Amino acid sequence: MGSVKRLTVPGRYDQISTICDFVAQGAEKAGLDEDATFHVQLACDEACTNIIEHAYGGEGEGVIDVSWQVNRRTLTITLQDQGRPFNPDAVESPDIPQNPDKIDQLKIGGLGLHFMRRLMDEVTFSFDTNRGNTLIMVKHIKPQEAK
Amino acid sequence: MEISVQELKRVDLVTVAGRIDSSNASDLDEALKDLLGKGRYSIVMDLAGVEYMSSAGLRTLVGTVRECKRRGGDLRLTTPSERVFEVLKLAGLDSVFKVYDDSTSAVGSF
Repeated sequence: MGSVKRLTVPGRYDQISTICDFVAQGAEKAGLDEDATFHVQLACDEACTNIIEHAYGGEGEGVIDVSWQVNRRTLTITLQDQGRPFNPDAVESPDIPQNPDKIDQLKIGGLGLHFMRRLMDEVTFSFDTNRGNTLIMVKHIKPQEAK
Repeated sequence: MEISVQELKRVDLVTVAGRIDSSNASDLDEALKDLLGKGRYSIVMDLAGVEYMSSAGLRTLVGTVRECKRRGGDLRLTTPSERVFEVLKLAGLDSVFKVYDDSTSAVGSF
């Protein structure tokens, strides 16, 4: 098992770029290319935005614990918060009509969750009364990326 | 993030540079709402200098294009970076926005 790197930041939007920089270190350690690194950063950005907005209900209400771990085939990002239980099944899916004239029907709620699922290979949410919300996101390391 | 607005005869050219995420999307939203409040509904947004955009930025763009179209105008985009275009595509919004290779063509399209 690879070593685990951890970071704890206040649950504020201005901390998101710090989290993105932190997970980029994990992506670099995993040997991910620029595209995959961007995907990991964007997925973490969306996850943290959801934590602040939905779990904490606003900025400055608690902290976000982030950790990353690199194994031979995976980069695993874990995000934890002490906010309200987050139920991904209760999140509405975005509905983007392909006809630009139907713009009024466009619904982009749930875009963050949609991004996380599209950008990462595994996305798992869980809730525990002691530990709060735990989100685990895994990016597979392609053979040519593995060091 | 830096935002500059240039009022042209029929169109407003909004040039944005830097990173657009949840920490500053409201600033962009405010700048665009300012234009809408002045009855300016034909907007070109130059995204060449935007290196990163999350869904928070997309929400602002969608809210603006919706309002512009309701009022007979449009929000058209120019020169998004590869990363920003990927985000638009990921959201399925690449068909919602008209995207141009340069600001002159986008401004001239109105």
